[in-house]
Amino acid sequence: MMTSFVARSLDRGALAFLAILAGLAVLVPALNLLVPETSALHLPTYLVALFGKYTCYALLALSIDLIWGYCGILSLGHGAFFALGGYAMGMYLMRQIGPRGVYANPILPDFMVFLNWPELPVYWYGFQYFAYAALMVLLVPGILAFVFGWFAFRSRVTGVYLSIITQALTYALLLGFFRNNFGFGGNNGLTDFKDILGFNVQAPGTRAALFALSVAALMLGFVICRVIVASKFGKVLIAIRDAESRTRFLGYRVESYKLFIFTLSACMAGVAGALYVPQVGIINPSEFAPANSIEAVIWVAVGGRGTLTGAVIGAVLVNYGKTYFTSGALAPYWLFLLGSLFVVVTLALPRGVVGTFRHWKTERRERATPQRAAPVAVPGAAE
Amino acid sequence: MRTFCERLLALVFALSVVCVAANAARADAYEDALAHFLTDSFDDTIEGINAVAASGHPLAEKVLGALQARRLMFSAEQKRVFFKDDADNLFDAAAGSPAASAPSDLAQVRLNNRVRNIIAAILGNLTLLSPDPNRRFDAAQAVFKSRDATALPTLEQAIAKETIARVKRALSEARAAIILYTETSAESDKIGAVALIRDRGDNEALALLRGLPTSTPPAVKQLAADAITGIESSMAAWETVRNAWFGISLGSVLLLAAIGLAITFGVMGVINMAHGEMVMLGAYTTFIVQQTMRAYAPDSALLDYSLVIAVPLAFLITGFVGILIERGIIRFLYGRPLDTLLATWGLSLVLQQAVRTAFGPTNKDVSSPSWMSGSFDLGHISITYNRLWIVLFTLTVFVLLLALLRYTRLGLEMRAVTQNRAMAASMGIRTGRIDAMTFGLGSGIAGIAGVALSQIDNVSPNLGQGYIIDSFMVVVFGGVGNLWGTLVGAFTLGVANKFLEPFAGAVLGKIAILVLIILFIQKRPRGLFALKGRAVEA
Repeated sequence: MMTSFVARSLDRGALAFLAILAGLAVLVPALNLLVPETSALHLPTYLVALFGKYTCYALLALSIDLIWGYCGILSLGHGAFFALGGYAMGMYLMRQIGPRGVYANPILPDFMVFLNWPELPVYWYGFQYFAYAALMVLLVPGILAFVFGWFAFRSRVTGVYLSIITQALTYALLLGFFRNNFGFGGNNGLTDFKDILGFNVQAPGTRAALFALSVAALMLGFVICRVIVASKFGKVLIAIRDAESRTRFLGYRVESYKLFIFTLSACMAGVAGALYVPQVGIINPSEFAPANSIEAVIWVAVGGRGTLTGAVIGAVLVNYGKTYFTSGALAPYWLFLLGSLFVVVTLALPRGVVGTFRHWKTERRERATPQRAAPVAVPGAAE
Repeated sequence: MRTFCERLLALVFALSVVCVAANAARADAYEDALAHFLTDSFDDTIEGINAVAASGHPLAEKVLGALQARRLMFSAEQKRVFFKDDADNLFDAAAGSPAASAPSDLAQVRLNNRVRNIIAAILGNLTLLSPDPNRRFDAAQAVFKSRDATALPTLEQAIAKETIARVKRALSEARAAIILYTETSAESDKIGAVALIRDRGDNEALALLRGLPTSTPPAVKQLAADAITGIESSMAAWETVRNAWFGISLGSVLLLAAIGLAITFGVMGVINMAHGEMVMLGAYTTFIVQQTMRAYAPDSALLDYSLVIAVPLAFLITGFVGILIERGIIRFLYGRPLDTLLATWGLSLVLQQAVRTAFGPTNKDVSSPSWMSGSFDLGHISITYNRLWIVLFTLTVFVLLLALLRYTRLGLEMRAVTQNRAMAASMGIRTGRIDAMTFGLGSGIAGIAGVALSQIDNVSPNLGQGYIIDSFMVVVFGGVGNLWGTLVGAFTLGVANKFLEPFAGAVLGKIAILVLIILFIQKRPRGLFALKGRAVEA
């Protein structure tokens, strides 16, 4: 019953997409670990880490697409949930360092010794256990999103107001995490990680495993999103996106729908952050910067909001462009390009790459069989 | 005739001999006093200080001043004392004439805290009678702190002669301080002294009253305790006034930055994320105006008024950029406020990077005109002129904008579009043109804000980013479509921020404000001064 429901919600395109992801999850580690370094097919470890980073970004983009593309909630503070998940994982990795730190303190992380903290603060308790940290990766962003959403949606804060308030949320967290006495390493954040679950985080094998795990998480996230948007629940979400008041008058509890999807999306972002931290080796307050969250929104816009696959493709495309541009002589022009991307996509390509492609395909089919014409809505255009 | 001349000569001679003799006696005492500095012992140095001061020699003040500034030197070999002036030229202390050559064993007369206190007190006594009122005032303050009883006679003399009220009060306070710390002075004098010091009411008065000697009569002690509580409460009141002033100052900056945003958001319902960059462009306009004037008219008196020139120029430039943005981008995105938000954010990135490419990433130096530098004291708080000017400037801009909205045709049409776009269009108002003008106006005001902010902030490509979130908070808090809401919002946030800062620190205060706004939005989702009726969901 349950499996058939999942199977029904995955159309041919979604299955093909999942197959490609699964292929990557196997192929990339294999090319890195099994192919000898002398071979032209060998994939260097730094690229595995880079692809892992893209995958985490893609999961973040997926979580934004779920609320923006399907429910019309534009969060400009999703980076906050990403970073909170990252910090939860960072705290676990910090506790794993143990006496190998510079100050060789078995309990306190280096920055606490440096700042003369007498003992571990209560909120750091339990982070030596992976299971507890993994739970926190979901719970901390989830609870924050729940509390925030409960207040915001119940008082019907919508549209640009909500966007600005989410931005203020991440800005407040940014200011807070910059402070040393918050106990999260202040400006420098958490870094110098040694190992995760007993494996060295720097080792190629661990990196390959982390990459495969990230892709698996992305696939799981994609399936969850796909199941939700294909269900009746998803139809209500789309109704809220297109006509919130009408949906409310039809008797749906709009707040509850929004709250659920917002909290779920925050948990997904938290998982993305948790997978991101061991692969890049650092988490610091700059992840909370409002600019980061807005940048994540543009990945979704480029790929196509309300398409799910588009969010993933957009995240990879934009971040590949960023890596390509910022690592060469073109670095000063990256911001011009990124800025223009915002303008061009909103003006000329509101459906995004994937959305435009699908639109074009539907139109062609309609032209072939005009009797089955159906109106095609532009996602997110009506607010 | 001849005898007369001889007699006159004799008289002159006799007089000069008497003078020289008197001078010589003074000079002898002075030179003897200088000898104390040669032994390199603190006790001798103190004796030397007292003796130099007692000699009344015209150079005494100079020598003690040099000693205080660690510029008094001695040569044990030649048994001579020297002092250096500000430009490091060496002078013979005995004669006051420039020294021909520096002796090889020239050493500094060393100081410790005891010596320093004594110098300060003695210099205070010496300058109590100075013809310059500011120096007399400073001297009185020095005596107030040192409470040096030996200054009392000089002080009495100075008080009797003093004509300037401010200086006279300082002198009387100094006398009161000495009286309170002298065991032998009469109780009635001490009671009067406590009253005088209570009126002074600052931290030093507090320290003085707290440290009264144990021999003080109980009645005076009781009075002093009352005075302490009195001063403390008045200081708390002044602290409140000071925080309020800082809050108003911050609030006016917020208002200046937010007011342009408020009208574009109010009329068009779009959030202009590039608003901060308009502020930044205004600041750079100021910089360019100053650079140009320095290059072409470096000596002109106009240079002091470059800001006055920059204000209309910044308004025109940023207003023009604003109209370009509206015509080029925003008008294609009507009905899609979230897309507008993203597009203008992209634009802000481009503008920032453009300025960074053109001017470099470093801070640009924008100088303050003379009429904006300095400060004055109002009671116990110090008010800087640039902050005061910014408050006045902000209020002027606010009033002008209010008048524009109220009394001009453009204002009327803007209000009509804000209240009901469709109806306004039906009445023949070209809403597209109004949108462009509104956007231009909002951007122009942001440019003016940039001119003002260039005086208190670093002019760099990131200037605007620091204000954008705060400006949004002001607009969201104040409510849309009403400039008074923006005014109240800006000043409330500014004052609340400054009152939270002493308890919570700058960063935590800011976080608290953000959290409070997030909570406030729950209570009143449309801000303090919300539009009511059908316009709300339009």
